[in-house]
Amino acid sequence: MSTITPEIIASHGIKPDEYAKILDILGREPNLTELGIFSVMWSEHCSYKSSKKWLKTLPTKAPWVICGPGENAGVIDIGDGQAVIFKMESHNHPSFIEPYQGAATGVGGILRDVFTMGARPIANMNALRFGDPAHPKTRHLVAGVVAGIGGYGNCVGVPTVGGETNFHPSYNGNILVNAMTVGLADKDRIFYSAAAGIGNPVVYFGSKTGRDGIHGATMASAEFDEKSDEKRPTVQVGDPFTEKLLIEACLELMATDAIVAIQDMGAAGLTSSSFEMASKGGLGIEMDLDSVPMREDGMSAYEIMLSESQERMLMVLKPGREAQAKAIMDKWELDFAVVGHLTDTGRMVLKRHGAVVADLPIDPLALASPEYDRPWTAPAKRKVIDARDVKVVCPAEALKTMLGCPDLASKRWIYEQYDHMVMGDTVGRPGGDAAVVRVHGTRKAVAITTDVTPRYVLADPYEGGRQAVAEAYRNLSAVGALPMAITDNLNFGNPEKPEIMGQIVEAIRGMGQACRELDFPVVSGNVSLYNETQGAAILPTPAVGGIGLLEDVAKAVGIAFQEPGSAIVLIGETKGWLGASLYLREICGSEDGAPPPVALHRERRAGELVRQLIGDGQVLACHDVSDGGLLVAVAEMAMASDGHMGALLDAPSSVPLHAWCFGEDQGRYVLEVRNDDLAAVLEEAVEHDTAIRVIGKTGGHVISVGGRAVPVHELVQANESWLPAYMGAEMSGH
Amino acid sequence: MKAAVIVFPGSNCDRDVAVALEASMGAKPLMVWHRDTQLPDLDLIVVPGGFSYGDYLRCGAMAAHSPIMREVKAKAEAGTRVLGICNGFQILTETGLLPGVLMRNRNLKFICKDVHLRVENGDTDFTRAYGAGHIVRFPIAHAEGNYFTDAETFRAMEGNGQVAFRYCSRTGAVGEAANPNGSLSNVAGIYNATKTVLGLMPHPERLAEDLLGGSDGKKMFDSLVEALT
Repeated sequence: MSTITPEIIASHGIKPDEYAKILDILGREPNLTELGIFSVMWSEHCSYKSSKKWLKTLPTKAPWVICGPGENAGVIDIGDGQAVIFKMESHNHPSFIEPYQGAATGVGGILRDVFTMGARPIANMNALRFGDPAHPKTRHLVAGVVAGIGGYGNCVGVPTVGGETNFHPSYNGNILVNAMTVGLADKDRIFYSAAAGIGNPVVYFGSKTGRDGIHGATMASAEFDEKSDEKRPTVQVGDPFTEKLLIEACLELMATDAIVAIQDMGAAGLTSSSFEMASKGGLGIEMDLDSVPMREDGMSAYEIMLSESQERMLMVLKPGREAQAKAIMDKWELDFAVVGHLTDTGRMVLKRHGAVVADLPIDPLALASPEYDRPWTAPAKRKVIDARDVKVVCPAEALKTMLGCPDLASKRWIYEQYDHMVMGDTVGRPGGDAAVVRVHGTRKAVAITTDVTPRYVLADPYEGGRQAVAEAYRNLSAVGALPMAITDNLNFGNPEKPEIMGQIVEAIRGMGQACRELDFPVVSGNVSLYNETQGAAILPTPAVGGIGLLEDVAKAVGIAFQEPGSAIVLIGETKGWLGASLYLREICGSEDGAPPPVALHRERRAGELVRQLIGDGQVLACHDVSDGGLLVAVAEMAMASDGHMGALLDAPSSVPLHAWCFGEDQGRYVLEVRNDDLAAVLEEAVEHDTAIRVIGKTGGHVISVGGRAVPVHELVQANESWLPAYMGAEMSGH
Repeated sequence: MKAAVIVFPGSNCDRDVAVALEASMGAKPLMVWHRDTQLPDLDLIVVPGGFSYGDYLRCGAMAAHSPIMREVKAKAEAGTRVLGICNGFQILTETGLLPGVLMRNRNLKFICKDVHLRVENGDTDFTRAYGAGHIVRFPIAHAEGNYFTDAETFRAMEGNGQVAFRYCSRTGAVGEAANPNGSLSNVAGIYNATKTVLGLMPHPERLAEDLLGGSDGKKMFDSLVEALT
């Protein structure tokens, strides 16, 4: 064993005070394997040491929450003995280094988090952020990430039903790849990770362990020099075919009663999975690393414990069930090995070639990881921009420009590379407010959305945090689904900078408040910090993945206009808020101003109204108003319709026209309503104490407002052409 | 009608097609694991979509050599109807039950979207409910659906009514603009010489229910039930 030098400690990312704590816990120096284990267990990724204090403030409970944060994924009750299990997770750094494999393994990892708990994955989503389209790497990154997500998800046979994609120069050196999986389980067949039963076998199954993904920072240490090539960490490589087998094998084994506890091997591989299972069960584990299935010869204990090879699982079986479990793994041609057993020592004892190579107390590693209360400063409030001070351009021209801008341009080029229909339950396909996926064999459906508006969060993290949650609530309501719970994926810069920490603290405070007021708890999540390049941070991007429930899938509505001559109705108040808007950025070239405030009580009432109207069958189409404002929302409904049905709008004189068209006031929805239903709809809005206004009617083939008109087919052309044209310039061949 | 669906490791449309079959025939089809070597008496065998064996070799090449395919081939040669969808079509060409090959899409990308198809031969057990010239909408979801065969073989196939479906526009125009993947002569699906084996890239089982956006696919299963019951 090596001597631990300050350089080795530093190269493992362990701070001097953290090393002092390690010495205190062990009462001796760790060896290199043990140090490696500490370093991954106490990494920001595994320990949440910078964010833990603030994450604890998020609301996580509701009568329908079966399991909140702390397990592999969150679990909610959808009635009839069924549960939905879901989580979103980032794979940002690997995707920047190697976009195809980085994104692919991101999908694989989040799928495992969900099926580990007993759920069959039924839908994938993704929230992607890329740099400036003009940046030389962006095109290559978009192509690779999209191909990687598709390559993995398509093969596994889980539909990728939606997501969002933004572009901004702040992501030039740090793209964001946030992947979400939603699974379906029986409520009484949910599997957890707490080990139980002293003496029970600890079993490894799935793929073999290789040298991929091993903590790269350690490779500069002296004793690795002689064989540095051989030990150089490689990027993890995903194998979706094995993942598909793993899903089927797991679900088959889970249908028996052989499993005591189960955990996938994600970040920090065998280390975090074994420590988490032991810690949650208050037990110890003794493992013989010689029995771990290995892809290559001569792997050290350090490498085995820190490998991040994909498609691997760890479980505790009931005694005597090894043969039954092995038969199932044999059927699916997966590796299976009993690698250890549970002990009552509370220690992790690892053996390699007959010698003990690590002997560590479990709880101090798993539970006593550092927790920081990092200094933070709230950002200065930005001034509110008066719409009368903002440049006015022809609304028809501005609309065309905005619909063709990278953030609003159609993402068809992306989602047509994802199989979004496999499993035969996709009712609401990509391109709407929320994806709608039927619960197989029932009339129910799950609605799924991912949302955050990073420019709002930058402008005001508190308001931006509230807005992200409110928009998810709105998108689910807009298809008729009752919002149930969220998963969050908090992407920020370096938390050691007080202004970044301030973004984190304030965004979480805003999200927490919105979740409480909307009865929309957080049941799972992931934190990705240090997203910086050369000292410049990404836009703060706390992505929200929201889940809603439809009792009758046949009642779901989409965004496409249905019938000419019907009324176009706007729900919610319009003051013409242009601060931090897309109009300001795309038309005026400014990212300034305070973002639109969210009034949560009004948000809730508007959502309840919309859901009730949809449930009563009084809504032909519905779309929430978000990026780009009202005119963009109406145009999207027109572009989605069969035959490019237009709209004749009647703007009020109380708000400047450009602000009425493009203001991003929150809490609004556009509804298409039959004239026969209009009186009842208006009355219902009064009952709900919610602002409502008839703003025009459907028909024709142009969008007309304020005396200007633009043909819908021209908007479609602008909207559909940007991304294919941009990506078409990619270098040919792969 | 008695039907079976073959399940390979990596099949992922096996459940979808079983659901569609059950809706048309009123009973669940038999699900047959790739290691099995025997099939009971059947009217229809479905080779479903997915990524058999990961498709890490040429698509369908591994599956074509799995134990069950020997039995499928024997049954097909004895006249049992066989339907191969997407990866299933690729497998049927690899086994030699259908002529030609399926190459990478022209744009080298996976494509998932609805397409329109013209029924070229409407007088088979698979298509009688449509009739020739009928336009249907099915989804495609593949990266290797670019059909090719040599000119002589193709001439013979055309002469023998073996072209089952062609990609077309919404109004039925067959041309380059409606060809999603570069297929020879817009071919989306083909029969064997006796029209008892059909392979097609589009997925009839994915639009076999109005709630999912259309039910054109259902008529294929209805046709089969009508013909084989």
